[in-house]
Amino acid sequence: MNIILLKRIVFVLALIPLARLFILGFLDELTANPIEFITRSTGTWTITFLSLTLAMSPLRWITGWPQWTQLRKTLGLFSFFYAFLHFTIWYWLDHNLSFTMMINDVIKRPFITMGFIAFVIMSFLAVTSNQISMRFLGGKWKMLHRLIYIIAILALIHYFWHKEGKRDFTVAYIYAGIISTLLVIRIPFMKKIITK
Amino acid sequence: MTFKDLKIKSSDITPKNIYENRRYFLKTVSLGLVTVGLSSLGQEDVLAKTESGQKLTAKFNKQYSVTDKKTSYKDITTYNNFYEFGMDKDDPARYAKTLNIRPWTISVEGLVQKSMVVDVNELMKLSAMEERVYRMRCVEGWSMVIPWNGFSLSHLLNKVEPLGSAKYVEFETLADPRQMPGLSSTVIAWPYLEGLRLDEAMNPLTLLTFGLYGEVLPNQNGAPVRVVVPWKYGFKSAKSLVRIRLTDKEPITSWHRTAPMEYGFYSNVNPNVAHPRWSQSTERRIDGRGILSAKIKTEMFNGYGEHVEKLYAGMDLRKFY
Repeated sequence: MNIILLKRIVFVLALIPLARLFILGFLDELTANPIEFITRSTGTWTITFLSLTLAMSPLRWITGWPQWTQLRKTLGLFSFFYAFLHFTIWYWLDHNLSFTMMINDVIKRPFITMGFIAFVIMSFLAVTSNQISMRFLGGKWKMLHRLIYIIAILALIHYFWHKEGKRDFTVAYIYAGIISTLLVIRIPFMKKIITK
Repeated sequence: MTFKDLKIKSSDITPKNIYENRRYFLKTVSLGLVTVGLSSLGQEDVLAKTESGQKLTAKFNKQYSVTDKKTSYKDITTYNNFYEFGMDKDDPARYAKTLNIRPWTISVEGLVQKSMVVDVNELMKLSAMEERVYRMRCVEGWSMVIPWNGFSLSHLLNKVEPLGSAKYVEFETLADPRQMPGLSSTVIAWPYLEGLRLDEAMNPLTLLTFGLYGEVLPNQNGAPVRVVVPWKYGFKSAKSLVRIRLTDKEPITSWHRTAPMEYGFYSNVNPNVAHPRWSQSTERRIDGRGILSAKIKTEMFNGYGEHVEKLYAGMDLRKFY
């Protein structure tokens, strides 16, 4: 399949979660607590795109089709896009754009600390996702972008600790299963097994 | 802090025309429409009712009612915490239909002179039904303004004549796995138990509640009978009651048993005592205001201090959270 076409399709599909929020908003179907709904939805899509991003290299090893990694950047940037919405809504509507209030919350609530650190690291990766940074950073670029593994783990902790109140971990376990599989198959001897 | 005056009326925080405009803006932008005349969309559902709603005649009680803008019937009945029917906010509206609310009896027992088992139809006739518009502040940080229908619990408690040794009242919610799919979850040790000190239960604000918006309670809101304790976090107001027991010991409530550090017996609304995992100083009011509105300040005792602060004179409310 033509990679440019595929990239375009992925781009359009990746905007559907956002379009859905606008449509639900228009229909007044964002539940009684729209901000909570939007915050949670963008958070869940962040972790979904994070999983998809992490799935591209293993797909390349398994299928032998090198183009999967071409989609990695698009998916990674969409993960950041939804994380940015997630963060901005919380900063704006939970903390009224007050930096002090926001930082206090980051310090006080461990699950927010995790999410915040993940978002900060993710911002670095997003900013350095272009060709110029790649050339400028050279070998360091790859090391820097391996931080996605840390981001994924922090995002999972953020999700689990958020769910702790109701101890309703069903969905969190599903993401934990997917992400840990995607991380474990990167361990060299595991990688050897699946690519042989 | 960028928040404004504590005493300001919630409806004044964002002028109505501005938040309606914001909502309008959002809606038009969302579909790329530039048509005028859509601004009233979504504002008309405030009085929307379900077809099943059975009327209740209740006399408005101004003394115990707030003047805040009321939450719409739709929001009150579709955004609920009622774990017996599932943990998501929309689960109760979806699954509580299976709750069979007639026949229904409530046992009032324990340290009383005249214990009784009363049919809910009889109980409803015990005193004149009132309509009271109460604030409801959830421990999770959101709030509603709800016109409840019922009468003070004290009418029932007086009827059973509490003994001198009775110090507390325990409330028990139905726990029937055949009717309540959420009981398969182990997050709470069922049945759901709540409790009040006897003087709190006797406070006229504590409402034995049978309806809202002039109709019998929808199942998801705790039909056929519940209590509403407006100066405490919402989980203190136990739903679908089958037993009211007077005791001499502080009841071990369900949430306290689940997470003792997070949910105390008193659980009075208190902006100065944070939940271990989040601040309680502000709340998101659900009343159809624009979704881009800021949170509002939470008031001590949810604004009911004049009626209830004397109950806690001399108590350290940080210790007795």
